[in-house]
Amino acid sequence: MEIAKIQPIEKISPSGTLVSEKKDAANEREPLIKIRPAKGWVALKLRDLWAYRELIYFLTWRDIKVRYKQTLLGVAWAVIQPLFTMLLFALFFGKLAKLPSDGIPYPIFAYAGLLPWTFFSNAVTSSGNSLVASSNLITKVYFPRMIIPGAAVMAGLVDFAVAFVILIVLMFYYGVSLTMNFFALPLLITLTALLALGVGMWLSALNVKYRDIRYALPFLIQLWLFASPIIYPVSLMPQKWRWLLWLNPLSGIIEGYRAALLGRTAFPWQALALSALITFAILLSSAYSFRRMERSFADVV
Amino acid sequence: MSDVAIRVEGLGKQYRIGARRPSYGSLRETLTEAVTTPFKRLSRNGNGHLGSLSSGTIWALRDVSFEVKSGEVVGVIGRNGAGKSTLLKILSRITEPTMGEVDLYGRVGSLLEVGTGFNLELTGAENIYLNGAILGMRRREIERNFDAIVDFAEVEKFIDTPVKHYSSGMYLRLAFAVAAHLEPEILLVDEVLAVGDQGFQTKCLGKMSEVAKHGRTILFVSHNMGAISRLCERVIWLDDGKVMMDGSSAEVVNSYHTQFLTVRPEWKRFEASDSEREFDFLSIAVKDSNQQPSGVFSGDEPIFVEVTYIVSRTLAGCQIGTRICNFEGVVIFSTSDADTSGTSALAKEVGFYASSFQIPQNFLAPGTYYISIGAHLPNRDVYGLIEQAVVFEVSASGSLASLDGRLGVITPLIHWDVYKKPLPPQ
Repeated sequence: MEIAKIQPIEKISPSGTLVSEKKDAANEREPLIKIRPAKGWVALKLRDLWAYRELIYFLTWRDIKVRYKQTLLGVAWAVIQPLFTMLLFALFFGKLAKLPSDGIPYPIFAYAGLLPWTFFSNAVTSSGNSLVASSNLITKVYFPRMIIPGAAVMAGLVDFAVAFVILIVLMFYYGVSLTMNFFALPLLITLTALLALGVGMWLSALNVKYRDIRYALPFLIQLWLFASPIIYPVSLMPQKWRWLLWLNPLSGIIEGYRAALLGRTAFPWQALALSALITFAILLSSAYSFRRMERSFADVV
Repeated sequence: MSDVAIRVEGLGKQYRIGARRPSYGSLRETLTEAVTTPFKRLSRNGNGHLGSLSSGTIWALRDVSFEVKSGEVVGVIGRNGAGKSTLLKILSRITEPTMGEVDLYGRVGSLLEVGTGFNLELTGAENIYLNGAILGMRRREIERNFDAIVDFAEVEKFIDTPVKHYSSGMYLRLAFAVAAHLEPEILLVDEVLAVGDQGFQTKCLGKMSEVAKHGRTILFVSHNMGAISRLCERVIWLDDGKVMMDGSSAEVVNSYHTQFLTVRPEWKRFEASDSEREFDFLSIAVKDSNQQPSGVFSGDEPIFVEVTYIVSRTLAGCQIGTRICNFEGVVIFSTSDADTSGTSALAKEVGFYASSFQIPQNFLAPGTYYISIGAHLPNRDVYGLIEQAVVFEVSASGSLASLDGRLGVITPLIHWDVYKKPLPPQ
């Protein structure tokens, strides 16, 4: 009975001619903002993102500011996490299991890998949970949603910088001297952050709809740790299977860090190029999927 | 000044309303649903206003069109669920429309809530920057307005204190102060003034009319008819997702009142009950103690609500639920026939039923109320739903509110125990 009230979509949707006629009559200006129901894939709208760059800064700043509030040890946590993991690894994998480490003292070998890994895993975890945690913002204000996982990744950089201090201490202790490779570091950090962002965007968007992600995330991170050459060197892998390891974009990056910081191994340009390629593929696909999924965030979260 | 600021054309927004909560599903649920959906009977609706219930979706907005000229201050009114908030959410780009188009000629600032993104751990000053950035202000803009914001909020002394130590009044003032200094060409405001004390509301209203005088275009959603009449020259009345009326504020607010003030003590199904349907409401009425339908009750008289319905197929666990809402659409309370048997659901075998309950005397404050009624299997199926089935009034006569001027949405008579005791030894 009441069902008759609902008209088929085609009937209601305004015909193009009608609208344009009216537009001419009313005013000639182009609207600043056009809102249309989007269909299928949509543009990335990077310009929009640029317009809101200050918000990225403020949200990053908030995350950093609030993170260690009401903790006893404060920012020391940024050091404790990789440092103690390194000590454990050095004891179990270095001393007891006697894993090879490309002739590098195992502690610094492990730490040079754990440093980017800690950044990466924390960034993926916090950006993966970021949208759900910011549901109050998503349902009340408009801004490009990518800013939320983006800021979560950026905030991790501060912890990275703090943990880096320990590496410098270790480098002094083991008498590691810097090489030209060191200058590749900014590139490596950027690549790590972009990879974390790519993975984080995927997970955060899926997390809005499927809260399974929250439970799958720690598991995924754990798997990823063992699938990356952090505890062990790439050279441990039989030559035949090594390509499998390189398919993990983090492998090239981690080896890159070791080469850049410790200078004992050759700089893995080839592996890094592959990592960069895969990273950009992930970033691009996740950015487009994110834009596609973001339409329903406010309705679903 | 006659330039268009907002143009809305054939706007529609469809929401999925699953029998389950649609908010989010786990993968497993999505998978099970995919398997079970073909077998799931689609719930069919009664003679309700939410006509599209049966399709599992609902049109929160349907074919809404209007234009707002630059510098106009337009109020949006309507019952709860009429689509006001959905409209603002689409205009502020928080959610996308299902159909139709919107053109906005100018920067948009939306104020759907005060204090969005406020962080309790941060200080007042830090929150001004954070909140400002979230609302879309540039850092320079915030810096320029910083003193004015602090001034307006009257929190100079506490500006470097974390806001978690603020009183709720201070918190609200600061939150509103930031928002009030937004400088977009188009401002969308949703029911912000419903919070805070009288003084705060007056201050906010003052600020709003000041903003309005500066040629800003404002779309203002509110239940506060007084505020609407004072601020807006034009009002759009939304009902059931459609524009019911669009005109001068006096005219629209008047009609809105009239519709609500017309009491309607009885609802009856006109057409014959369809034997195909498993459930049908037949009637619902509010009656006085003489069992006579009545639209006006005095405060000290109980109100009897009587419902009749027919069940054509046994519905295990089906509940008859009602919502009693006031004029503003606020749900005063809900009750269902499962209340009697604890929380367990009741089996509805085939047959004709009459059930009733009583709203006690000295309970509802004077005002106009409506009752919506539905039959549903909690969280699964809706068998029937009649929104605003009856409208009745509780008059001031005999009410406690009129006797001693007490405040409150409800005015129950509460039993006090009083003992006179000897003075405690000094």
